[in-house]
Amino acid sequence: MPITESDIKKIADLAHLEITDEELRTLAPQVASIVAYVEQLKELDTSRVEPATGGLTPEGERTAATREDRARDSLGQALALEQAPDPAHGHFRVPRVLASSEEKENF
Amino acid sequence: MTVPGKTIELITSELSSGKTTARAVAVRSLAAAENLNDTLNAFLQIDRAGATRRAEELDREAGTDGAADSIVQGQNAATESLLRAVPIAVKDNICVRGLQATCGSRILAGYHPPYDATVVERLRAAGAVIVGKTNCDEFAMGSSNENSAFGPVRNPWDTERVPGGSSGGSAAAVAARVVPAALGSETGGSVRQPAALCGVVGVKPTYGRVSRYGLVAFGSSLDQVSVFGLTVKDAAVVLQTIAGRDERDATTADVSVPDYAAQLADDIRGARVGVPRELLGEGVDADVRARVEEAIEAYRELGVEIVDVALPHAKYSIAVYYIIATAEASSNLARYDGVRYGYRTEDPEDLRQMYRRTRDEGFGAEVKRRIMLGTYVLSSGYYDAYYLKAQKVRTLIQQDFLDAFDVCDAVLTPTTPTPAFRLGEKTDDPLSMYLSDIYTCMANLAGVPGVSVPCGLSSAGLPVGFQLMGRHWGESTILRLAHAYEQAHPLDARPRVMAEE
Repeated sequence: MPITESDIKKIADLAHLEITDEELRTLAPQVASIVAYVEQLKELDTSRVEPATGGLTPEGERTAATREDRARDSLGQALALEQAPDPAHGHFRVPRVLASSEEKENF
Repeated sequence: MTVPGKTIELITSELSSGKTTARAVAVRSLAAAENLNDTLNAFLQIDRAGATRRAEELDREAGTDGAADSIVQGQNAATESLLRAVPIAVKDNICVRGLQATCGSRILAGYHPPYDATVVERLRAAGAVIVGKTNCDEFAMGSSNENSAFGPVRNPWDTERVPGGSSGGSAAAVAARVVPAALGSETGGSVRQPAALCGVVGVKPTYGRVSRYGLVAFGSSLDQVSVFGLTVKDAAVVLQTIAGRDERDATTADVSVPDYAAQLADDIRGARVGVPRELLGEGVDADVRARVEEAIEAYRELGVEIVDVALPHAKYSIAVYYIIATAEASSNLARYDGVRYGYRTEDPEDLRQMYRRTRDEGFGAEVKRRIMLGTYVLSSGYYDAYYLKAQKVRTLIQQDFLDAFDVCDAVLTPTTPTPAFRLGEKTDDPLSMYLSDIYTCMANLAGVPGVSVPCGLSSAGLPVGFQLMGRHWGESTILRLAHAYEQAHPLDARPRVMAEE
């Protein structure tokens, strides 16, 4: 299934990327050609193959990526906020999350 | 005949004989980094003050006799002291406390991580002096270093050409003899490929050998901190210093780290090197093929048995790589949203617009392209067809290597299909750029170690490299084989742009 400009718009939306019309015109054929290239994997029968998720351990097992879930020291509030674009009262401040009241009326 | 320039061994022997001081070594390296930066753009930050201070400390600790045992805190004092006062450059996607970590991206311009990566902690404990942070493709995505938000790095052998990528700044810094070794990172060949294009040694360890704590994540199932050296021994010494289990990275294995450098002297007669002939055909530059054939012949002369091996799934590696790496990148790069650190857009109306504009203004074209691709392959209904499928083919590629290692100790291929290309030559065609990693990314997919070794020049005077890939956890074997070749055939040519001796 070829990738269209409307697919690209949808993907950009999912990825929280704003793209201009010009970027759209360049990206659509590029992403389409890369996707067409990776389609070649379809010619392989992998019905009886387990997925690989990393390398192999010295014992020849798949790399284990999990660890014991235990609390550890963290950076601390001051250090964690030190480089925040907009810190306020020990928190990260962000712009409003919900639409304004006029916009809400339209819903 | 030897590799020209000051190797780690030479620096440390001049130090212990009192011929030089840590301060003098640091000053020389810093001056070279600064003087060459207008030409090469290899460094994004040069830490003159910090490096000089550290070197002076080392001189004081050593006292007048140069004995340096007191500074060594590692488990292996004998080898770790080999890095005392050695200037090292670090790629700008690895955290060094006190210095920036932009990853070559506008979105992290001015960002200073509040901690050291494990590899940096270990380098410091071994007495290394970090001279600065090197330029790279944005978030390590690229094969030419043209995707850096802070301008491309230029190849010291020909400044109209790319140094390779993504760790192009580290490669250029070692090639220009600014430092004898540098850290880079690999996801699909980002150290071996620029090492080949710049005529230096590049080592990608086994996945799980080196801690990723403090390495900015790109493709987490592939990422591995990797090492450039002027010689195989330089790379080996740095690798054994940074390797080993780290509680902060669950994928690191609890296995002892061999003294790679000490094992280099061993005889290689009787070793078996496998050559996958099907990968040496079409698409390989004639000069590259000729140099690699000569390297194969050189191994025969060194008493190595050359055997044919097949890697039947290798041809799928770029496709597998671009699904897995972009999928993981789209997830890893979700954290750059303007909330906690880094760039935030001006006066956003609401949260959603802040996310979108911050990312639009902060990320470059290639990063956006890969986030898009990764988001697509992970999106609802496509996961099985792309990501899961790619992981399964990844198993087949891994199996190809296990089969090959039944009949040989290392697999030899060119590191890259061509020598360094011109700036701008591939920027409009992402797929052709991706194919620069055709030989390297299979090692990342299989999780095996690889080393790229210089093997002469092309007819245009550009470096060519071959690579050896070894068994999981078998770095010693490929380093020994690489070292033996290098001893017999050191690249004694010098790049056009080089630090004064």
